[in-house]
Amino acid sequence: MHIVVCVKQVPDPEAAFSMFKVDEQAKKVIPAPGLRLVVSPFDEQALEAALRVREAAGEARITVMTLGTESARAALKHGLAMGADDGVLLADPAFEDGDAYTTARVLAAAVGKLGDCDMVLTGRQAADWDAGVVGCGIAELLQLPAITFARDVKVNNGTVRVERVVDTGCDVIEAPLPVVVTVSNELGAARAPSLRETMRAARKPVVTWAATDLGLPPGDVGRAGTRRTLERLFVPERRGACELVAGATPEEQGAKLARCLLEAKLL
Amino acid sequence: MSARSFEVVVELSAGKPTALSLEVLGLARRLAGQDGGPVCAVCPAADEAITADLIAHGADRVYSAGEPLLADYDSDAWTACAAWAVRTSDPAVVLVGHTTSGADLAPRLAFRVQAAVATGCLGVERNADGLRITRPCYGGNVHETVSFKTRLTVATLRKGCFDALPRDTARRGDTVKIPLDRSTLRARVIERQRESGGDVRLEDARVVIAGGRGLNGPEGFEVLARLARELRGAVGASRVPCDLGWCPHSMQIGLTGKTVTPELYIAVGISGAGHHMAGCGNARNIIAINTDPDAAIYREARWGVVGDYRKVIPPLIEAIRALRGAERKSNATADRRR
Repeated sequence: MHIVVCVKQVPDPEAAFSMFKVDEQAKKVIPAPGLRLVVSPFDEQALEAALRVREAAGEARITVMTLGTESARAALKHGLAMGADDGVLLADPAFEDGDAYTTARVLAAAVGKLGDCDMVLTGRQAADWDAGVVGCGIAELLQLPAITFARDVKVNNGTVRVERVVDTGCDVIEAPLPVVVTVSNELGAARAPSLRETMRAARKPVVTWAATDLGLPPGDVGRAGTRRTLERLFVPERRGACELVAGATPEEQGAKLARCLLEAKLL
Repeated sequence: MSARSFEVVVELSAGKPTALSLEVLGLARRLAGQDGGPVCAVCPAADEAITADLIAHGADRVYSAGEPLLADYDSDAWTACAAWAVRTSDPAVVLVGHTTSGADLAPRLAFRVQAAVATGCLGVERNADGLRITRPCYGGNVHETVSFKTRLTVATLRKGCFDALPRDTARRGDTVKIPLDRSTLRARVIERQRESGGDVRLEDARVVIAGGRGLNGPEGFEVLARLARELRGAVGASRVPCDLGWCPHSMQIGLTGKTVTPELYIAVGISGAGHHMAGCGNARNIIAINTDPDAAIYREARWGVVGDYRKVIPPLIEAIRALRGAERKSNATADRRR
């Protein structure tokens, strides 16, 4: 079995937002210098799901793949240290300033080039744009079934069985391989890289492919291929006027708050 | 975009269109305006009653596969139905509620019919150049406004951002039968496990009491439940208590959980990170109870209490009971005087 896990490198989403600045002119979010770049947490959990599938099956090849600049090598290295077998870096100046559509085009082409993929796993959404589009996009471009928001992924006899989180509980869904599955945080925490795997990671193979390697015309990728235009990027206004309900004791605070609710006709 | 149709994919709950679906239908009606084309509702399981309901809420045409089994979301079948309707009616936009279903359907549909897609949207405007959509990103800390280069745009909309139209049974509309090609269905739903939450559905509750990391343990939710019973509200949570197993994930409110828009939202031990506020920022009134006086939640709240919720909530419940009792008494006295 060959599993491809698509990961994205993002500025650490756990950092306080004061570490980010929004440049409204350039329409870019600027992380503070020194802010860590990490694998987007849902993508890390997608890799965790792949590792669990491999452990259950006894054997599987896991390829970790990312689209990004040279810095994204660190995301691959993290994936290899968690236990993936090899890496694919999709780096090309032509890929820059793309959108979810062009990203899915490039990733789908790369999965196609690998050729023998049984399952593509990725996070439910990336921690920067929060769109949740690329996974489904890869599935549609490769004409594969897609199962989103997985909290559990099992493979048996060429069939994947996924527990899919829905608003009111969970759906159990089965589909024949090959398939695309996006993973949600309900899967549980991803493992930390072990010392042994971290040592081995340096020796694991990583290939780098550009647009021409994938047979993609430059006009189809990056800014030239996008389907949407970013018009504006801004920090939303906060409401501001909070009335602090003070009191000498918690009893007094509780009583005052109840009176506020009564006066606002909220009781 | 004049004369092109506006399509809405409708979800059902207990055999009726969901409140969010009707909000989205209302939005489509307004976007269509005077000059626009028809509003088409796609509802794979729609029967006569559902169809009449959708027409009364703004649909001109209802597309149904007439399959009662498709009342619950099925990714392959619903995507096929929506794509067939798109190919038949050539809409300018397809709108769907931002639920776990809508967030699955929208990107699949968009790629299938060569459309652009925007998910989790808060605002939609239409001008001569087309649509402009605003949505949260970076964990809700930033908003982006985007426009589109494609002939068709697919968007998922968050709850509480748009108003449903009042029900008007005098409205007229027609129906179209969707032929569903079963050979295209590959992923099968084997089982639907449903969690029974409290008495009040989180998404529909007028009062929501939500707990965060600051509850310091699962017992905290019992305190919140007591307040919820007093206010006839529902209990929710930020992501941390769900991930820690203090409460089921179905209680999660936020960017990757549910979106709620109650009259009153009481955030207990919640710091107010952007990803949480993305799910409750549209609540009419927010109360923050937190031990940290610098928590970001106070910037969003109408009232704030700095203190330990375990000490504040019990007297709050007592005070609510006392005030309600006094109110009833004075109303009764007023009635006697009348």
